[in-house]
Amino acid sequence: MNTNPLHYLYAAYVATWVIHGTYLYILARKAARIRKEIEKLKSSG
Amino acid sequence: MKRGFTILGIVTALLLSIALYTALAWAPTEQTMGHVQRIFYYHVSSAWTAFLLFSLNFISSIVYLVKRNEKADIFALVSAEVGLVFCTVVLVTGPIWAKPVWGIWWDPADIRLNSTLALWLIYISYLILRRFSTSSRIGVIAAVWGIFGALDVPFVFFSIWFFRTQHPSPVIAKGGSLDPKMWIAVLINWAAFMCLAWLVCWTRYRLEVAQREVHEAEAMQSLMEGAR
Repeated sequence: MNTNPLHYLYAAYVATWVIHGTYLYILARKAARIRKEIEKLKSSG
Repeated sequence: MKRGFTILGIVTALLLSIALYTALAWAPTEQTMGHVQRIFYYHVSSAWTAFLLFSLNFISSIVYLVKRNEKADIFALVSAEVGLVFCTVVLVTGPIWAKPVWGIWWDPADIRLNSTLALWLIYISYLILRRFSTSSRIGVIAAVWGIFGALDVPFVFFSIWFFRTQHPSPVIAKGGSLDPKMWIAVLINWAAFMCLAWLVCWTRYRLEVAQREVHEAEAMQSLMEGAR
């Protein structure tokens, strides 16, 4: 057993933040889409 | 409300920074596994957060079925979605930890691993159902699905007590023998992830409320146009 495989440790930490970052990006896009829909509703009266 | 959100954001950022420091530098290095054991702090904290969010989905689903409260329905959706994100972290960091320690990415015969994958699939299907169903009773259907799905949570949690598994012994209750500093580090990481989950749930809840209001307004608008 390799007792110091640091690349696995870094990979796990980076993967965690990539997953959270991706989800936050999806939420930001969703928020932008809703904002656009609200603007459209306002402009159509 | 806005001030509370900002304060929570600052607290979360601070806690996440402290948590990262405790996990990577402050906590002692485990003797057998070495530094790779530090994956534990993210892996376990994410698992506990996911379990808690799925339990909240369970409670919200029951509340919705009993009271038909829309807030409970939205909270059920939000907790399932954010819980799934944390469960994904568990399923990704687990194999990355397993490879250098067990020599394999995944043990197909391991009940803990398979039941966690089943849990992930249950909530993926729950969200797909909610996303694509056109039924007017989707809230009820999803609530029933959420209640049955949550039954897998205690199964995943207690599986290491009841079945022989490659997965390490539980760190809480009888099986635990963690160094006190490791305990503190994992609790700080859990607190940080809980704050992150709270922050994201809050954001997602507001988005869902806004989206439902927009859909209602659009439906009203098309009704009025049809009446003209």
